[in-house]
Amino acid sequence: MNNPKIKIQGLDLHIHKQHILKGINLEIPANKITVIIGPSGCGKTTLLKTINRLTDEYSGVKHSGSITIDGIEVLNTRNGLTEIRQKAGLLSQRPYPLPMSIFNNVAYGLKISGRKRKSALRPRVEHLLRMASLWEEVKDRLNDPAASLSIGQQQRLCLARGLAVNPDIILADEPTSALDPLSSQAIEQKFQELSGQYTIVMVTHILRQARRIADYVIFMYLGEVIEFGSAEEFFSNPKHEKTKAYLSGVFN
Amino acid sequence: MRFSKRKILDLLSAYWMYAGIALVVILFGFIGVVLFIKASPVFYEQSVSDILFSDDWKPLSGKFGMLAFIISSLYITLIAVAISAPVCLLAAIFLTQYADRRLLTLMQPVIDILAGLPSVIYGVWGIIVIVPFVSDVIAPAFGRETNGYTILSAGLVLAVMIIPFMLNIMIEVLRSVPTDLKEASLSLGATYWQTIKYVVVKKSFPGIASAIGLGVSRAFGETIAVLMVAGNVTRVPENVFQPGYPLPALIANNYGEMMSIPLYDSALMLAALVLFVVVIFFNLIARSSIIRLEKYS
Repeated sequence: MNNPKIKIQGLDLHIHKQHILKGINLEIPANKITVIIGPSGCGKTTLLKTINRLTDEYSGVKHSGSITIDGIEVLNTRNGLTEIRQKAGLLSQRPYPLPMSIFNNVAYGLKISGRKRKSALRPRVEHLLRMASLWEEVKDRLNDPAASLSIGQQQRLCLARGLAVNPDIILADEPTSALDPLSSQAIEQKFQELSGQYTIVMVTHILRQARRIADYVIFMYLGEVIEFGSAEEFFSNPKHEKTKAYLSGVFN
Repeated sequence: MRFSKRKILDLLSAYWMYAGIALVVILFGFIGVVLFIKASPVFYEQSVSDILFSDDWKPLSGKFGMLAFIISSLYITLIAVAISAPVCLLAAIFLTQYADRRLLTLMQPVIDILAGLPSVIYGVWGIIVIVPFVSDVIAPAFGRETNGYTILSAGLVLAVMIIPFMLNIMIEVLRSVPTDLKEASLSLGATYWQTIKYVVVKKSFPGIASAIGLGVSRAFGETIAVLMVAGNVTRVPENVFQPGYPLPALIANNYGEMMSIPLYDSALMLAALVLFVVVIFFNLIARSSIIRLEKYS
């Protein structure tokens, strides 16, 4: 693959004495949706959180190997942690709105980095909420607490909040698992619209969802990448026995 | 109708719980009513505003102005909370957000023991350590002379006393902030400190406010330790280097002693009633502010 957005080489990760990620090598293409599937506890979420270094916040984590974004090392570097995280935002399993108003949730990322003047915030927030298809629903109550929104709305708010800091990469950890079918559909649609401009890496448990939106698929098992390829190939012609078993649902 | 043993037990356990709740509510009302009835004779002699806002305390001539005691109590409580609240908040943030988890496990029993120490021990410690410290070090530094039995000493002892109590609540509150919420903020490029300040503390604010509110209630009502170091002089204190005479100390020192003076026991009951009302008042304020703040977190 020429010019991968994220390049992972020989990544190993231990938490205390447990070997969570084993020799991961991956090249994730730019401006596509790459979906990570695999049984629970196989290291999908850990891999995702290693990419924007959230694993730094856990105690007892040791990693080796390298991860680069646009050719710049992110794993073995002391500086620029906040920049790395702004570049690769995370959408978590359940929406976690910050304890503030709807407006301030979206403006948070802009305010903390001190990049925006107050007067420039409002049009930017409106633009972001429109991008997340939430504007029409919240435009009359921007100052209400974010917790007053429905779960589906909160997840779209989290998306708008993440987009505010101009990331290149959206890391999504089962972003629809807590949502009703309609809200899930809204998020999937958004991802497909956004995939032209953003590199999206999504963990999911739902095979049908992966079939619907994936451009590339990674199959993980017990901390290893078993198979990686374009969605078409992956689903129509899986190479590895374990992948075949997982896809046909006879996995144990 | 036939009852099986199972159903009878079920019924009994439900009523038993109702009885428990009823007892708590009745006891609460009972204390308030008894205090009021016992205190009421004073109201025939003096107006409520005279009692609360006059500093004329001459029981022998039937004058029961309690301002000196009320001001002393407020002063001491204010000092105690002003010192302990920020200390507790910072300690709780450090223990829950920065320190190794093992340190918290190590500290927890220490804090529990400190919270459970009898207050008379704090009083003795205050006399041995705080009183000389105030008279020899702090007061001279401000150009004052005192024997050390002052409002400030009482405030300091009380601060030390309520720190473990408040710290325990704040640790619980801060610990309950979900990791994913912190990660959401970090993922947006916030630094760790920004995340603590804008997300963790903000999310926990109702809990922090209630911890402080409960600390105030506890400080206001604390009797023995304060009585031992406050000096107990009936005068409205002008500064922290003067002795004070807080309400609980007044009741504890005099009840059962000066009962030959007419109306004296009523006046003491009134002091108790004032304490009772103030503690309820602070609790209500803490709770209503929690309800209002919770909307935003």
